[in-house]
Amino acid sequence: MKARIVVGAHYGLRDWLAQRVTAVVMLVYTLVIMAAIMGGAVSSHAAWRGFMAHGLIRILTFLFILSLSYHAWIGIRDIWMDYIKPTGIRITMHVLTLLALIGCAGWAIQIIWRL
Amino acid sequence: MPELTKPRPKFLALHEIRLPLPGFVSILHRVSGAGLFLMIPLLIWVLELSLGTDPGSTANFKALTGNPLVKLILFGLCWAYLHHFCAGVRFLLLDLHIGIDKQPSRTSATAVLVVSLGLTGLTALKFMGVF
Repeated sequence: MKARIVVGAHYGLRDWLAQRVTAVVMLVYTLVIMAAIMGGAVSSHAAWRGFMAHGLIRILTFLFILSLSYHAWIGIRDIWMDYIKPTGIRITMHVLTLLALIGCAGWAIQIIWRL
Repeated sequence: MPELTKPRPKFLALHEIRLPLPGFVSILHRVSGAGLFLMIPLLIWVLELSLGTDPGSTANFKALTGNPLVKLILFGLCWAYLHHFCAGVRFLLLDLHIGIDKQPSRTSATAVLVVSLGLTGLTALKFMGVF
C-alpha cells in the first residue's frame, strides 16, 4: 500500500465538529427561549428582565453567545474562503469578521451581566 | 482512447440547470446565515433596549420596533433564524445518515421550507399579539 501524503491546515475536523456542537447548544437554547415565550416570559417588561436575569438562564445565554460567535466565525470564514480569491482581501475579511464577532460577544455578555 | 458514446457538453448551460430542492435549502442556509451575521448588531441593540430600565430605552425600544421597516427586517431575521435552525437540524440528521436517500432528502428539504415559513408566521402573529 502506498503511504498517503496528508496535506492541509489540519483544522478541518475540529471546525466541522465545533460547528455541530455549537449548533446543538444553540438548538437547546432556542427551545428554552421558545418555551419561555409561550410560558409568558415576554408578557411584561418586569417578567422579561426577571427571566433573563435568572442565574441559570444567564449562564445558558452566556454559552449561547460563545457558541454563536464560534459558529458564525466558522460559517462566515468559509464564505470568504469560497468566494474571495485574492489572499490579501480574504485575510483582511477574516480579521474584520473576528474583530466584529469578538466585539459583539463582549457587548452582548455585558448586557446580560449588568442585569 | 475509446470513443464517447454521447458527446459531452462543452459549456454549462446555466439557464437550463435548475437547482434541486435540497440544493435550494442548502444555499438558503448560507444566505440566512450571512444575513443573521450582518444583523447581529441590530439584534443586540434590540436586546439591550428591551432589557433597559430607564425611560429612554423603553421609548427607544418602542420607536425602533414600531418602525415598519425595522419590523420587516426583524420578521425577515426571524425567518432566517428559523430556516437556518430547521435546515441545520436536517443537516445534523444527514450527518447521522438519517434520510440520505434521494426521496427522503427531497421530502425533508420541502419540510424545512414549509416548517420554517409556518413558524415564522406563528412568531409574527405572537408578537403582533394575536395569541
